[in-house]
Amino acid sequence: MGFIWFWLVAVMIVGYVVLDGFDLGVGVLHLFLVRTEAERKATLGSIGPVWDGNEVWLLAGGGTLYFAFPLLYASAFSGFYLPLMIVLWLLILRGVSLELRNHVDVGVWRSLLDGVFGLSSGLLTIFFGAALANVLRGVPLQADGYFFLPLWTNWQPGVHPGILDWYTAIGGLVALVALTMHGALWLTIKTSSELGRRANRIVTPLWLLLAALTVVSLVATIVVRPASLDNYFNYPVTFAVPVGVVAALAGVWFLNRSPGRPQPVKAFLCSCLYLFFMLAGACWGLYPTLLPATTGADRDITLSRALSGPHTLAVGLAWWIFGMALAVGYVVFVYSKFRGKVDLTPGRH
Amino acid sequence: MSSELIHRLHFAFTITFHYLFPQLTMGLGLLIVVLKSVALKTNSELWDRAARFWGRIFAINFVFGVVTGIPMEFEFGTNWARFSQISGGVIGQPLAMEGVFSFFLESAFLGLFLYGEKRISKRMHWFSAVMVFVGSWISGFFIIVTDAWMQHPVAFDRLPNGQFEVLSFWQLLLNPWALLQYAHNMTGAVVTGSFVMSAVGAFYLLEKRREDYGRIFLKVGVITGVIASCVIIFPTGDLHGKYVARNQPAAMAGMEGLFKTETGAGMVLIGQPNEETGEIDNPIVVNDLLSYLIYGTTKAEVKGLDQFPQDQRPTALPLLFYAYHIMAGLGTWFVLLMVVAAFLLWTGRLYEARWALWALLLSFPLPYIANTAGWMTAELGRQPWLIYGLMRTSEGYSSTVSASNGLFTLLGFMGLYALLGLLFTVLIYREIDRGPGPRVLAVELIPAD
Repeated sequence: MGFIWFWLVAVMIVGYVVLDGFDLGVGVLHLFLVRTEAERKATLGSIGPVWDGNEVWLLAGGGTLYFAFPLLYASAFSGFYLPLMIVLWLLILRGVSLELRNHVDVGVWRSLLDGVFGLSSGLLTIFFGAALANVLRGVPLQADGYFFLPLWTNWQPGVHPGILDWYTAIGGLVALVALTMHGALWLTIKTSSELGRRANRIVTPLWLLLAALTVVSLVATIVVRPASLDNYFNYPVTFAVPVGVVAALAGVWFLNRSPGRPQPVKAFLCSCLYLFFMLAGACWGLYPTLLPATTGADRDITLSRALSGPHTLAVGLAWWIFGMALAVGYVVFVYSKFRGKVDLTPGRH
Repeated sequence: MSSELIHRLHFAFTITFHYLFPQLTMGLGLLIVVLKSVALKTNSELWDRAARFWGRIFAINFVFGVVTGIPMEFEFGTNWARFSQISGGVIGQPLAMEGVFSFFLESAFLGLFLYGEKRISKRMHWFSAVMVFVGSWISGFFIIVTDAWMQHPVAFDRLPNGQFEVLSFWQLLLNPWALLQYAHNMTGAVVTGSFVMSAVGAFYLLEKRREDYGRIFLKVGVITGVIASCVIIFPTGDLHGKYVARNQPAAMAGMEGLFKTETGAGMVLIGQPNEETGEIDNPIVVNDLLSYLIYGTTKAEVKGLDQFPQDQRPTALPLLFYAYHIMAGLGTWFVLLMVVAAFLLWTGRLYEARWALWALLLSFPLPYIANTAGWMTAELGRQPWLIYGLMRTSEGYSSTVSASNGLFTLLGFMGLYALLGLLFTVLIYREIDRGPGPRVLAVELIPAD
């Protein structure tokens, strides 16, 4: 049961990153890529009908984590109190600025809201990346399973690190670049003409940066927490996951650049696979630990320690499978209704 | 400063601000379905535009509801960690179900409703409106289930490590407390929706512009309003009150300000509870009414606060008393106003009766106050318990988050929400000012006719 719930929560997180990832990336990109109001309209229109649904994965995933692993939810959320509050404020600013720009028709206010939207999107990707890196690095858990982290200390991962140190900063950068590229690939699919070509062109430098950062982050993870490799050596077949990361990255490169016949949809799917393999690899490196302790492995929050009671999990599994099947149905339905390129012609929407 | 107080205020402030938005969207969801149904049936462009106008108001409220709602789920973990650790196996379920069963549905169809009108058929657009309504009401249900379990825990077991776990999915969802509270609360949302719609209608008629829309809004708002205002008192409020009196007698004694156990207890209409003397100062009392309302006979004994040890009485007695009386008093006003308005509508005089239009216009904030006061009654009445009879509020907050960190983020939320409130007011003002019907904007994503 523990194994199942570990991976179900992981699936929810992957779903969130893959889906909300591209609209966060579009948020970052639109600050740099867009030249005219019509282009901005197309850019934001490509995520308008779906961003809210994408964010639901965060809530549904959080809820699932909450009832399947209450101790983890309680410990991590109170321990990461300050950064989570900042995340909440950023999510508020982002949602409001995206939706309300269409209700405001004064240029300066609109530009202000666009700026807030781009900045909050970028900061959120950094926070999410850093959050994942915090979990991989571990936190100073007390004997009772709780902790409280300051925003930063001396920028060194160690027994008493801060939320931000050099390692988690790398995590934040990886997320920023990966999701920005993810967003660029989305825009390549969803927009036509000059804007689409610009989005397509920016993938190349982002890809090079991401490839470098991916290598750095993998090496850094092994340095910071060597135990991450244990599962891989115990089950060598799982080295397929890092191979998958490399293959997916290669796929993005070739599919996006194949001369004459670019295949943006497939390139975007490869980017989804990249995110999937990165996260799956991280989860597998942790399993069966959920939150490692920098204060000694006996204080780790492990799967068996945090798992809810058997009745809760049995009840949960029944409705979860049914509910998520429905939810995936809605997602497919909405994306199919809004498939194709966003119309740039004025007056059509 | 005590951490417990800060964490309580943190949750109370953010949830109170949050609930200003869902109470309107849940009520409006229903009213938009009414507008869309008439539009579809009579093929009326006027009613379609009316629906689109309220769709825009809905959309703004929805966004504010979403962004202020996300912190609520987080705060269970950030501010109430010990509570979450113990009870997550139970109350995490309805919270996750809300996401899985409601938010996916709601966000999918709202996207279609707002952005997709040109891509789908009329019937499909109507269907989207219905699904948005259903989604928002499912969402409300799961939140009520969560709260109801804290008020009246059912279908649980305790593990050796102290954690609660759910024994039955259906018993958790069909908790009698949840069903009664849901009926009462959703009627409250419809009251808010119908008062807001009536007020906008009254505004247009008083302003003498867009009067054809004003009449539609008044008709739909007042008819719905008179039904909802009656249903919220009887049967939903009545049944819910009786259930509270039987299962949380201390809460009921606090709400009514009943210090001493009485046979043939009277109901205090107005007064000030004095905790030091254990009496109500300057009361106006209707004899025997409380016994009658709870037990159906004027002779029944009603337990007073004297029956409960000090550490089991509601902790903020005057606040509880006032919140409950404000809710009940406003509820009475809603019935009076809406019955009169419905009578005028029936006899064809409402659209010219300026005094009635003014009364409808000025009454729109009152359902917000009543809904807020009702929730304060429920949550203050439960004190000193976090999970009634099982876990005290003092045992649930995050002990690793210091009072000053909590105060810092509480102040942060207050500042941010002040800004949001201002923005919201400006946006709604502009939408109402522009009104339904044709308008041309240079750039418009949401259909603007």
